[in-house]
Order: sequence, then structure tokens, then C-alpha cells
Amino acid sequence: MSQTFGVYGGRYVPETLIPALDELESAWASLRDDDSFRAELHHLLTTYAGRPTPLTRVERFAPDQRMYLKREDLMHTGAHKINNAVGQAVIAQRLGKKRIIAETGAGQHGVATATVCARFGLECIVYMGSEDMRRQAPNVERMGLLGAEVRPVEFGTRTLKEATSEAIRDWIANVDTTYYLIGSCVGPAPYPEIVRELQRVIGHEAREQILQVEGRLPETVVACVGGGSNAIGMFYDFVPDEDVRLIGVEAAGAASLGTGRPGVLHGARSSLLADEDGQIMDAHSISAGLDYPGVGPEHAYLRDTGRAEYVPCTDDEALAAFHRLCETEGIVPALESSHALARALDCGDELVVVCLSGRGDKDLAEVLNYKPGSQVEPGLGVST
Amino acid sequence: MKKLVVYLMAMPDTPKLVQAAVDAGADIVELGFPFSDPLADGPVIRRAGERALAAGMRTKRCLEVLAETRARVSVPLIVMTYSSIFDAYGWERLETDARSAGATSFIVVDLPADVRPELRRVQLVAPTSTDARLKLAAGSTDGWLYLVTVTGTTGARTELAPTLAPLAERTRAVTDVPLYAGFGISTPEHARAAAELVDGIAVGSRAVEAAEDGPAELARFVGSLRSALDAVAVA
Ligand SMILES: Cc1ncc(COP(=O)(O)O)c(C=O)c1O
Repeated sequence: MSQTFGVYGGRYVPETLIPALDELESAWASLRDDDSFRAELHHLLTTYAGRPTPLTRVERFAPDQRMYLKREDLMHTGAHKINNAVGQAVIAQRLGKKRIIAETGAGQHGVATATVCARFGLECIVYMGSEDMRRQAPNVERMGLLGAEVRPVEFGTRTLKEATSEAIRDWIANVDTTYYLIGSCVGPAPYPEIVRELQRVIGHEAREQILQVEGRLPETVVACVGGGSNAIGMFYDFVPDEDVRLIGVEAAGAASLGTGRPGVLHGARSSLLADEDGQIMDAHSISAGLDYPGVGPEHAYLRDTGRAEYVPCTDDEALAAFHRLCETEGIVPALESSHALARALDCGDELVVVCLSGRGDKDLAEVLNYKPGSQVEPGLGVST
Repeated sequence: MKKLVVYLMAMPDTPKLVQAAVDAGADIVELGFPFSDPLADGPVIRRAGERALAAGMRTKRCLEVLAETRARVSVPLIVMTYSSIFDAYGWERLETDARSAGATSFIVVDLPADVRPELRRVQLVAPTSTDARLKLAAGSTDGWLYLVTVTGTTGARTELAPTLAPLAERTRAVTDVPLYAGFGISTPEHARAAAELVDGIAVGSRAVEAAEDGPAELARFVGSLRSALDAVAVA
């Protein structure tokens, strides 16, 4: 197993964590092709989590295209995050860990983690920035109902970046008893690979489904990119199909790939919003799940090799796509996914598959309170 | 004699604080170059880093403070920072520029011993380190090995971690390099107890707090650690 993707990835963590990462890596190496692990995962994904998800043609949303949505919004808990949470919970169980920690931005990964912990009887602690707790309040309530403890992070950006740092600090302090259930394809090796493999089912299904209904591969596959897990899961099985364009859509104020530079954050080298001194900057997005200055190292690699392209989408554009999908199709998308919808509409291609990574129930308050044009520019994230 | 290592965050007034610490008995000084997302640090050093960045302590300025500090003291000065700072400045370039500004060595908290071995630095080991990793770190460390006393981040603790003794014993079994213990050591009592087990101690969060109250308070605190260490009989 390689720990890097070109010049990205690796393990930039304190020594305390290295033995745990080694343990995880060797467990993963034996589990990934293990029949009983595969069978348990498949059983949970199909009987509990809601796989497979449908592919929905959206003719009224995109009348000039043949656009299909891969409906991860229909998964249990309302987003693709559960694919990863279920898989890592099984890994944690095999490692004998009973205490699970996670970070969350939009709250979707926190809810997914709280859900699988309830299902398996595991203790669950979720770190969440206090700003995100405000804008994703329903998910905070849900985590409580599911028996998880949500720990507010009150410093720095008060969003996903700081929540992730605090989760890692907790892991450093409790590594003997605790499994860190990371929510995206970020972090030190082997996490980016594990999360990709657990999310790969999205693109695997979508590819079979589009071949079945259209008899050909799509021209373009589109997904939003926060940490990058729904996108890498959607893209991965299409990577060898060289004629299929892969478009990742970042929030304009959190374009780690579009405007970032190489740097090290949360245990990996990747493309980041950072200044010339390597200090990490604040990201800004209306969507808490995209409001992160880093991105999974494999996306930085796919960008550099030219296999995937990454484009920005503003808050206003995402909102417009959000409303349009609600009104034309009767589907309320997550704000994160709305970024992908906006760029799918104007990508210029005909046959397009979009990953609808989640549903928008969590975002209603934010959408109703939104004032157009209120987007702020990214800045240096150092507060006192 | 047991060695006393004191950590201070690089700030415009750090040179005179370092001078005070050295005059009061510090043998080695670690100079923190702040990073926005210090994963291995608890609240005290994290906040000191936030203040340093707000005061404009970017890498170039930190190097100036390092040079000003070197002009005042002759003890070893160790730059302690995170990978992101090196990666942005250039790994070799920062090593060269810091050494010419007076750095004796480096500690890169989030750079495991097997990564970038070409950067000569003081390696860290932790209670979770396997014997194989203790050997690896000891084999490549620059002068002494940093024993992280706790499974956890930096920050004052009420007691010396019980994990230090077994770590010191395991490390001693694989290497002859001097072993200095840090993370959580915050009082003269901790210092004395730790010094029974290892060759030196490093104090971070409490020193940073003392430094916030000025050179006199820092000197008083460092002096109390010095006396505690000097009371430990050298076998
Ligand atoms: C619905 C939805 N989509 C996308 C994301 C972004 O994460 P990733 O880029 O890892 O898929 C999130 C994160 O919270 C989310 O909730």
C-alpha cells in the first residue's frame, strides 16, 4: 500500500499516533479483500443504510441536457457519509475499539457516526465548531438523540478545520482506547485510501446504472468537493475511462484546489488555502460541509495529472441551483451538492451524471436566512 | 548535572526572555515558530501561537528573533515548529537560514522519525512508540532524544505521567543517547521526579505562562526548576 499520491499525502503526525496508524494500515490491508468483511459491509449497506441508491433523470431541472443524479441523498441519515461511517465502524470493531471520535462540519458525518455507534453500541464523541453548531442546529439535535456527545470547539474559525484539529488532539490523548472515524478522504495515511475505498461504491453503482439506461458512459461526471469523499467515491471507477470528464466543484471561498498551494494540514500534504508562510487561512462557504481550507491528497494528485478538473461555485450560484432543483424536481438537495448541480448545468456537456451527495433538510434555516451577495473573501484564519 | 530545556514562543520580546531564562539556569532553549494549526499542542501553547501570529511572527520575522537571541546567549537554540512551516519556506532553505541565524537543531513535532531523515533534528518518542521506533528515533536523533512523557498534547498536568518511567526504561535499553523528558512537566516537584528517571527535562506550557508575566517571573520559575534539578543526586 502506498502512503502517498504523487507528492501529496503521507503522514505528518506526532509520533504518538504512528503505532495506531500502522495498526490501522495492517488491519486494512488484511480486511479490504477479506470475504467476511466484504460480506458484513455489504449486508449493512443493503439492509441498513439503503444501498443501492437510484439514478434519477432530471429533465425539468436540465431540459437541454441528459442529466442524471446519483441519489446519495436517499441514504440513511441523508448523505453519502454513512457509506464511510458504516465501513469504519466495522473496522473499529475488528480492532476492538469501543470509543469512537469524529469531527463534523455540516453535521452529516457526525450524524452518520452517531448512527453507526448507536447501531453497534459504541461510545461516540463528535467535535463540531460552534459556528457550525449554529448553522446546522438540526443535526446537533439529531446527534444528541442518537446518544452521541457533541463537543463544541470555540476557538479559531469555529468550523470544520478546528473541529478536525480537536478530534486529532483527542485521538493523541486517547489513542489506546479510541478509534478516530475520520469523515472525508483527508488525514494521514491510510485514511484517504480507506475512505476512498468505502465511498467507491457510489461511482461503481453509477457507472453500471448509466450504462444500463443510456448504453454508454457519460461525457461528464460532477461532484462537489469539501474534503473530497463523495467526489473521490464518485470519480474513482471512472478514472480509467479516459474520455469521461471528471469535474470537482469547490465553494469559491474554499477552493483549496483552485486557488490553493501545497502545504501540510491535519496529517497530510495536499493543496491548501494557506499563505506563503504555510499558515492555514480561513475558508468561507455558506455550506458548512465545504467550508474547509484543505482537501484530500488524491484530488491534488488528480488535478496535477490533469485527470480531473476543479472549478469554483459561489454561494449565490449554489443557492440558485438549490431552489431550481426543489422547484423543478421535488428534490431538496444539500447546499454542498447544490454546488455540483450549478456547475453541471453549465458544463457544456450533454450526458452528465452528478453526485447528489445529500439532502437539504439540515440547510433550510440557512437558506431561508440567506442574503444574496453576502459572501466574504477568504482571509487568514488567525484569531485571538 | 541534569539538563534543563525551556520552551518559549518566538515573539518580538523573546530575546530578552531567553536571556533571563538562561541566566536563571536554562541549559537549552527551544524557540517555537508558530503555526496556525498546532496539532500536538494544548491550549496554552496554541494560544501563544495565535498571539504570535497576530503579532506578525511569520517565518522571516522568527528567524530575525532567533538571530537576536543568538546574539545574547550561547546555549543551544532549537527551533521547534511544524511541517507546514518548513514545507512553505523550503525544507533545505529553512534549515540553512535557521542555522545561519544561530539555530543548533530542530524539532518538527509532526514529522515522524522515518520521514525526511536528511533534516538533522531532535527526534521525539512517546509512550506508544514500539521498541523498533525507539531504536529508529534514537539512531537518527541529533544529540539527545525527546521523551514525550504522556500520551497527549502539550500542557501542564497535575502530576508527572506514570507512563514516563516505563518509557525511559525501554528507551534506555536501546540507546545511550541522553534522554530528556517533556510534555506536562510543570513544577519543580515534577522536574525532580522526572530527573530521577532521565538526563534532563523540558518545560513548555508553564514556561510560556511565566513568560507572559515578564522576564523576572520567568527567571524565578526557571530558577525554581534549576534548584529542583540540582538537588537530584547524579548517580
Ligand atoms: C451532503 C454533503 N455533501 C458533501 C460534503 C462534503 O464532504 P466531501 O467532500 O468529503 O464529500 C458534506 C460534508 O459534510 C455533506 O454533508
